[in-house]
Amino acid sequence: MATSAPPALRRTALNAMHHRMGAKMVDFGGWDMPVEYSGLIAEHMAVRTGVGVFDVSHMGDIQLRGPEALAAVQHITINDVSKLQLGQAHYSAMLYPQGTFVDDVIVHKFSDNDYLIVINAGTREKDYNWVKSNVQRFHCHASDYSDFYTQLAIQGPKAAETLAKLTNLDLSTIKGYWFKWGTACGLSNTLVARTGYTGEDGFEIYVPSDVVTSERVWNEVLEAGKEFGILPCGLGARNTLRLESAMSLYGHEISETINPFEAHLERFLKLDKGNFLGSDALKKVQAEGGPKRKLVGLEVIERGIARDGYPVLNASGEKIGVVTSGSPAPFLKKNIALAYVPVELAFIDNEVAVEIRGNPVKAKIVPTPFYRRPKKTA
Amino acid sequence: MAYPANYKYTREHEWIEVSGKTGTVGITDYAQNSLGDIVFVDAPKVGSKVEKGAIFGSVESVKAVSDLYSPVSGTVTEVNESLKDSPEKINTDAHAAWIIKVELSDSAELDSLLDAAAYEKFIAEETGK
Repeated sequence: MATSAPPALRRTALNAMHHRMGAKMVDFGGWDMPVEYSGLIAEHMAVRTGVGVFDVSHMGDIQLRGPEALAAVQHITINDVSKLQLGQAHYSAMLYPQGTFVDDVIVHKFSDNDYLIVINAGTREKDYNWVKSNVQRFHCHASDYSDFYTQLAIQGPKAAETLAKLTNLDLSTIKGYWFKWGTACGLSNTLVARTGYTGEDGFEIYVPSDVVTSERVWNEVLEAGKEFGILPCGLGARNTLRLESAMSLYGHEISETINPFEAHLERFLKLDKGNFLGSDALKKVQAEGGPKRKLVGLEVIERGIARDGYPVLNASGEKIGVVTSGSPAPFLKKNIALAYVPVELAFIDNEVAVEIRGNPVKAKIVPTPFYRRPKKTA
Repeated sequence: MAYPANYKYTREHEWIEVSGKTGTVGITDYAQNSLGDIVFVDAPKVGSKVEKGAIFGSVESVKAVSDLYSPVSGTVTEVNESLKDSPEKINTDAHAAWIIKVELSDSAELDSLLDAAAYEKFIAEETGK
């Protein structure tokens, strides 16, 4: 490599706003992003009990359009796209032929020949190149619209009441993992999806990515949520919220060396839909008796916090696995973790240890998600 | 946040206030601010030895763990037990929420620590990086 200077960090349209509002910033996958504003715990609790707003514009957006768009999306993702109705979205993933993850994604069906795939920030280029080269034989076109949108996630039990003030859409008609277009913050044809990454009710809205519009919408959301104690939230709370809900994070629970059986994502894997990238390899895994290791939830019983990369030990102190994500859980007030362990040890209440800075600390396997939001009573 | 002029500081962001042979040790406001919400303090037991520049414990926030480096050598005479249940006291007032008290074995070690002005200059450079 001839160059020695680190590449400049990428910025969302709200970058100057985050700096002005005094957010603590961090390099996240090459992006200069807010890690926290008022404090991680306060932000986490705002989303669990009221409402919070996140700038998630660093996420990527790939649109696939053309007469064979459905066949193309079926070919590159694991869920059954033919089951999606217009206006519906689902969680899915893209796999390599060997059955391991390129990335996890959300697929939105705009029409029979028009799909939007929302991808992770750190894998944007890799994903787009992967999609482009693998849909070539289909009559459809892949467009990278990542830089066209400012994406805001409005999350929490008060998210709907907050957003309702800003849109003409009847939000009660948008169910979880469905979306509509409507006017929001005076912007017509705005995509409003009832999706998120917090385990809470909430919406993600996609608005034009110019600074003036993005900042205006950000401010209007904060104003609308004021009476519910809305907080701007950073990636710190985003991580603890998704961990309490046991949602996977690329580079942690899923990666180029992990398959969907291991990652406990079988419910999104539709091997009966016909062949797709990775399906042969996964059928082989199945035929050979299933995965050797499994993602489990851990609760640390003794004093100590399990963190990413810490070894998991058996009773005799031998290393049997590794923590992929670990943190104090601000709402549950427990120390929790996701970890890979051998399948024969992956059963509820099984006691293991996490090696925390040289010391084995007792933990037990617990059901996931660690947190499930209360059912609406009204 | 002002850095008390009667304290001494390390480049690892601990402070020490010395009275007679006893040093009271905590982490600086800069340290608590970079860590964020503190949820766990791992301190040594009374009677254990600490060594200048060596790790004597750790402080954990929700998102990170940070080692504690002793500003001086000596013996731990007291541990702030209230931090077990209320570690967030460090966030509220880092320069009052002490972690351990140490009986100094060599007061001359204090000379190599930073005074408040030098520490403030040091963190200004850290921030500017």
